[in-house]
This record gives sequence, C-alpha cells and structure tokens, in this order.
Amino acid sequence: MSVTEQGATAIDVERIRADFPILERRPYGKRIVYLDSANTSQKPRQVIETVADYYAHHNANLYRAVYELAEEATAMFESAREKLAGFVGAPDPSTIVFTRGTTESLNLIANGWGRKFLREGDEILLTDMEHHSNIVPWQFVANATGAVLRYVPLTDDGTLELNDLEDLLTERTKVLAITGQSNVLGTLPPLKELTAAAHAVGAIVVVDGAQLVPHNAVDVQDLAIDALTISGHKMLGPTASGGLYGTAELLDRMDPFLGGGEMIVEVHHDHSTFKAAPHKFEAGTMNIAQEVGLGAAIDYLQAIGMEAVRAHEKELTSYAIERLQEAGATVHGPKDVDARGGAVSFWFRDIHPHDLAQVLDQEGVCVRASHHCAQILMRHLGVPATTRASFYVYNTPDDVDALVRALGVAETVFK
Amino acid sequence: MALDDIYKETILDHYKNPRNKRGLPGATVSKTKLNPLCGDEVTVSATLDGGKVLEVTFQGTGCSISQSSASMMTESVGGRTVDDALSLASDVRGMLAGEVEPDEDSFGDLVALKGVVKYPIRIKCAVLAWDVLQEAVSEDATADGAAAH
Repeated sequence: MSVTEQGATAIDVERIRADFPILERRPYGKRIVYLDSANTSQKPRQVIETVADYYAHHNANLYRAVYELAEEATAMFESAREKLAGFVGAPDPSTIVFTRGTTESLNLIANGWGRKFLREGDEILLTDMEHHSNIVPWQFVANATGAVLRYVPLTDDGTLELNDLEDLLTERTKVLAITGQSNVLGTLPPLKELTAAAHAVGAIVVVDGAQLVPHNAVDVQDLAIDALTISGHKMLGPTASGGLYGTAELLDRMDPFLGGGEMIVEVHHDHSTFKAAPHKFEAGTMNIAQEVGLGAAIDYLQAIGMEAVRAHEKELTSYAIERLQEAGATVHGPKDVDARGGAVSFWFRDIHPHDLAQVLDQEGVCVRASHHCAQILMRHLGVPATTRASFYVYNTPDDVDALVRALGVAETVFK
Repeated sequence: MALDDIYKETILDHYKNPRNKRGLPGATVSKTKLNPLCGDEVTVSATLDGGKVLEVTFQGTGCSISQSSASMMTESVGGRTVDDALSLASDVRGMLAGEVEPDEDSFGDLVALKGVVKYPIRIKCAVLAWDVLQEAVSEDATADGAAAH
C-alpha cells in the first residue's frame, strides 16, 4: 500500500507546505523535518498575517471603548468565538470561553465547578494516560474538598482497561475527566460510550481536547460531552489562544475563577455581581490578537476539511509505525490507526530518548524526547521517557523516511 | 556544531563501559537524585574516612551524558580529599557553565564533557552526578559536625 498515492488524493501537501514559512529553514544545512506538532504546531502565513494585520490596523481593547477601532477589535474577537463554536459543533458562541489553552481551561473547570460542587467522598475519575494538566488541577481540588481521585488503568497495548469500569464509575463519581486523544500513545478512547456510562451515574464528562481537536472532526453535541478544552497553538493558531466549551447549563452553574475587570456587572464594597457566561470567566484584557489568529487557523483547517486532515494523518501514522518497526523500534500504543491518532512514541535500540533526539536534531529532524508530561503513563510503560514523532497537515512520507534514516545515524553513533 | 562535539569517544566509552558502577557495601554516605525532565537517575555511594574519599561508586539509569559523567566522576574523585573533590565538582560545574577553562592535568577524561556547553538542555544531565556527590559528601560533613558537638 503506497502512502503517497493515497495521500495525494486527499490533501495537497506541497501547496500546504508553501504556506508555512518556517519550513524553509535549513537546520545544519538540512531540510527541516518537523515532527513535534503534538507539542506545538507550526503556523501558516495566513495566521501570522492575521495577527500582524490586527496589530497594524485594528488594535484596541474590547467592549469598553466607544470608537471605531474598539468596535472592530470586538467584532473580530467575537467572530473568532463564532468560528471556534462552529469548529467544535457548539450550539452557540456563548458556550465558548476564551482561555490561553487547555491547561487554563482545565484549571477553570476544576476550580469553577469542582470547588463549588465536590464534597468529601465524591470521586473524580481520570485515566492513567492523562497529561499532567488533567491531573494536577484535580489534585488541588481533591485536596480542597476531600474528593477522591480514581484512575482507569491501561491495557498492555495502551488502550483503556474498561472491564472493571463498573467498579470505578459509580454513583460516587461526579466527574469523568479524560483525554480525547493521548498525547503520548495517540490512543483514541471510546468517548461516546464512556460519556453515556458517566451520564448514567450522574457524572459530568470533561474532555481534554488538546490533541483531539486539532486532528479530528469534533462535534460536542454528537459526543454529548459537558465540557471540552481546546488548545489553539496545537491547531495552527498562536500560542496562548484556545478555549473551553461548556454546556450552557454547566457554565451557568459554575463560579467565576479569575476576578477582575470586564467580568462583573456591579462591584460593591463587600460583593460583586457577574456577567453571564462566557464573559463572567473572561477577566481582564484577553489575548485578543491570539484568538483572532486562531480564527484564521480555523478558516485554514476548514478549507482543508477535518476529515481530510484525519485521513492524511492516518496514512502517515500507518506508514510511520510500519517503517519504525522495520527499523527495529518498539512502538508504544495501539497499532490499529483507526484506534489512534498521529502521535507515535517509540523506544529505539536502548538509546536514551535524549541521546536519540540530539542525534536526530543534527539531521534536521525535530522530535520530542521526554516524559511528555505523563509520568503516570511512563511508569505504566516502564520507561523513563519516550521519543515521539507527531504529524500534521504539512508532514509527508518523506519526513518519515528522514526520521528512519536519522535513526540509522544514531545507531552508528551508539553501536 | 557537530555531533562529535558532544558524543566524544571518551563519553561513549564511559557510557558503554561504566567504571565503578555498583553498590558499595559499607558506604558511609549514599544519595540518589532524579532529573525529572528525562528520568535520569544517579545514586552515588562513598566511603569517607578522615576527610578523604576512600572509594566512590555509582548506580543509575539515563542518557549517555548523565551516565558517562557519573562514571568519570567516580574515577576522578576516588582517593581525593573531600575538599579536593568538592573543589573539582565546582570546577566541573564552572566548565559546563562556560566559565572555567578546564585544566587538563586535573580534569583528565572530564575534559570530554566540555562539548556539552553548546547544548544547554543537556548541561543538567552532565551535572547530575556531581550534584549527588556534593549532597552526599555534605551530608557526611553535617553528621560529623553533629557528632563533634
């Protein structure tokens, strides 16, 4: 099965690559092979130009000024909110809170919802493949409320062990907070099935969408989840762009998290009243240029089509798993590309990931070598760290070939 | 920058054939430290007597830089006085910060670590074993001090 033939019909990678100025860089005189999009994605000219145009021609603060510039800035910011709502299938723009990304979104819901509604003995259900940002905020809340953290374990192939789910998901469970796609293994958990099971016991479902949203068509209403966190910088947008989707009912019940300007209606000596969602969660001056840039990133992704993005990454992932295994690497996580996304973690010939990444760097290949903010998962895998190659719209089978060639160089150095 | 700046033959030799990599029964001090970013782990054990490092060993797992640095550390520190060992640790740290030009006679194989300066993210790998040594030895000094009073 030739990846190139199949890929060519879906998306025009060469045309896409021409939109990304950074891909013209030649590290150590070599073609850059950027395989770290799960960490942060590169930005197309369209996003960079939108941000520059915003600052050059429209910059003003939101809502509070009665002049044309401020009205333009506000309209652009709110238009980005509409785009993001549309992108994840949210019923209304008011169900999207802008945040600086998934970490802030998870902290917002853990604090705004968790501190208000969790009681001693209530249970927070996570999984063993969560990113630290979907663990640590819940630990803070558990410590503050007396709620208990529980974790869905993993199978040997890096999928969720759901045989004993009934013991873990009970009437004590108040929230299931789960990744939509593992940043280490690429694993795609069965979100619909889990959401139905969680709702059956009265728990809310929070999905960490850091890796899910940039790479898959997502419809929050079809999934029937209560909240979804969104990272803009992992989906071609600027750093510090992103948001939180929450059902209107959930956002309404939640307490504000950060207090300050623009989120209030009235302020008195001893108390204040707050705006309705989403504005009650948006204190202070927002990342206006970044969210406007995210709007441009969404336009860019929608022009390609998220089904096509997913199809392209499935082909690259399948090709990468095949080539890596041929080269003697152990690939972690599911091998079936229908059950996983395009983050491929591997272990190669007992060369420590840091040594491996250093050699790959000299070959122009950018990968991540670390515990990927998932130490619980590293313990499950029995490794201190992994090397991870992750793909996006601008990657090609040539990139996979370059990775495998660079592994050969590493093998020579450490033979 | 070239790969052989960092992966010098000496480093690869110590990585593949680590010296003094074993436990040390009867050690008077032992300390373990972790580099959480990459999971490097180094335990340093030493037998100290009369202000001298009689014997020093290490155990651990990690990248070639952290493990070779630990191996070289045991070779260069064994037999020195504690003060001497601490002063060498400080010089190695200085070299890795680009502030100390290594004296080849005193540094021996350790000169090979100089190339790490160009790779800031790897410096903490190279420093790990020396940090552990310093902590282990200082712990003993505290214990001695307490005993003397």
